[in-house]
Amino acid sequence: MTTKPSQLRYQSWGRHPKAFDQRILDLPSLSSPIPLPADGSSVLAYGLGRSYGDSCLNDGNSLIPMAGKNNFLSFDPTTGIVKAQAGVSLATILDVFVPRGWFLPVTPGTKFVTLGGAVANDIHGKNHHVAGTFGRHVLSFGLLRSTGEHLTCSPTENSHLYAATIGGLGLTGLITWVELQLHAIRSPYLDTRTTKFRNLDEFFDVSQESDEKYEYSVSWVDCTSEGENLGRGLFMAGNFSERTKPRAPRSLAIPFPCQAPSWLLNSYAMRAFNTVYYNKQMSRVVEGLTHYNPFFYPLDAILNWNRMYGARGFFQYQFVVPFEQDRGIIKDIFTRITRSKRASFLAVLKTFGGIEPPGMMSFPRKGVTLALDFPNDGAPTLQLMNELDQVVLAAGGNIYPAKDARMSSHAFKVSHPRLDEFKTHIDPRFSSSLWRRVMELS
Amino acid sequence: MKKIVIIGATSAIAIEVARQFAKEGATLALLARNQRRLDELAQDLGTRGASVAYTGSFDAQDITSHDRILEEAYHRLGDFDAALVAHGDLPDQSACQQSTVATQDALRSNLLSPIAFLTWLANYFETKKAGNISVISSVAGDRGRQSNYIYGAAKGGLSIFLQGLRNRLTPAGVTVTTIKPGFVDTPMTSHLPKGPLFASAESVGKRIHTAMKRGEAVVYTPFFWRYIMLIIQHIPECIFRKLKL
Repeated sequence: MTTKPSQLRYQSWGRHPKAFDQRILDLPSLSSPIPLPADGSSVLAYGLGRSYGDSCLNDGNSLIPMAGKNNFLSFDPTTGIVKAQAGVSLATILDVFVPRGWFLPVTPGTKFVTLGGAVANDIHGKNHHVAGTFGRHVLSFGLLRSTGEHLTCSPTENSHLYAATIGGLGLTGLITWVELQLHAIRSPYLDTRTTKFRNLDEFFDVSQESDEKYEYSVSWVDCTSEGENLGRGLFMAGNFSERTKPRAPRSLAIPFPCQAPSWLLNSYAMRAFNTVYYNKQMSRVVEGLTHYNPFFYPLDAILNWNRMYGARGFFQYQFVVPFEQDRGIIKDIFTRITRSKRASFLAVLKTFGGIEPPGMMSFPRKGVTLALDFPNDGAPTLQLMNELDQVVLAAGGNIYPAKDARMSSHAFKVSHPRLDEFKTHIDPRFSSSLWRRVMELS
Repeated sequence: MKKIVIIGATSAIAIEVARQFAKEGATLALLARNQRRLDELAQDLGTRGASVAYTGSFDAQDITSHDRILEEAYHRLGDFDAALVAHGDLPDQSACQQSTVATQDALRSNLLSPIAFLTWLANYFETKKAGNISVISSVAGDRGRQSNYIYGAAKGGLSIFLQGLRNRLTPAGVTVTTIKPGFVDTPMTSHLPKGPLFASAESVGKRIHTAMKRGEAVVYTPFFWRYIMLIIQHIPECIFRKLKL
């Protein structure tokens, strides 16, 4: 089948791998059955394409674009429970409900994701230590199976499919609507505190102290400095404030103009950026009143920032490893990353709390998680990530499939201890490029 | 603007305009072909902050029904501050070339039906001596091209009708806004390959919302279409007739 230009729109955020042969199915309405391809090939829902790797692609098969299925169905202002079609974006929810005093219960680092995608990846955010994953706040959702069956799934109704679909990578059927418990706020601003830490040990100290006082926390970390500066960075914490400012900042999104040349992000440029960014704050602790947009979504201010990595695209790598006394494993991982000189400037470190996620395939578990970008330099980049996989898995950690484009079948299986149970709930007509890769299906 | 009537309310562009008004807590009357889709839209807009006071379905081919449905909407709202006429369809050009019936249907839904609504609305707002009438025309009406001149003729006729209407209503303090979208990514264009010139319905909807509040005269959206059409309109006919457009 020839590739039409329209199909090239449906790619993933890392721009690698690229899918060249995807049919686009039009679903006239969410109450109609899925128009399944007659040749028996598979389908997959596609939201806003913010998954980094190939979990949102279905090369050689079909995609069902969902971003246009964006009607609200109901809202109860007394309880903060909203019900909406799965294509409604988190940005829209904020736009509509922040002025009425409601915020998302859990939000990732971009608001340009759909409700369906948030469920299918059981996303996490800066409040994981107090709120758990997104799925914990999903009261129920609609699931359209390839048989034409419309199911309502909740912790009490079709509870196995509820647990399989949350974090289930879109493989259990089409999520049609989501009922979500919003979080009450008094102001769109947060009282924030940014603390500089000089190394990983200091990070853990600040983190422990801060997580008791702050609902939200995340760290930017320098992955280019070694020795006594290994794992230095900025720890950003915040609570929704009682205070507000007279005029909200203009949220102006600037598009990244074009695909950057691939040499732009070399190791010298990364090192320079990291040094400048670390030193932008002179004193150890800075407090402030920050609007939710720059606090939660700093990168959303630059649309298509992924173009910065040029035509070859990039990998994002995120793992979690359990806490350990001597922090030897996380230091080992940091040492390997800094020595490789392959890390980009977007590295994020956070501790996960012990709240169990509701999904059988959910990624988060108690421990420390690191997410970072690697520009795609081909084989050496892949080799580094394979090495890291081994360290992570040996330590009892796991790797996040929503960001993955390369993990081995073995790594996927070890990362998902309930995989066999999950498989029994998959819809036979649903599949993805990721699923075929990690299951080694053709 | 508090009370707004939207005709063709379930079109992708009109939905996005209505969502902007919903955020401001507007009272809306929604008219469209399909009642089930109107009900869904009313629920969506209600959640977003609008109060939807009226929904009603009509058939653009049945022009005699237009006055009655506007009267109904008017009685329910008691007043209109602005109106958006957004309905239309993209006819099959080659089918129209073979059939005068298909051509007449296309002219009826894209030109005569909007004019019927506009006749009622013009008289209403002229008496009220305030308000805005906005109508979605198209860049396709700026110059006839072989690939869609039936649609272009309807939209071009509509644009000229609106020029005259603006001329007539300005003394009464009523603004008339002609909206000329370029390529918009909507169900109406879902069969076309999407190039970089395609804009999202959301961005076009936001622009129309602003234009209605300001009472602008002629709005190209996205803005660069004004310059594209300026060039296309000024290509000499001796050259233009040989182009494959």
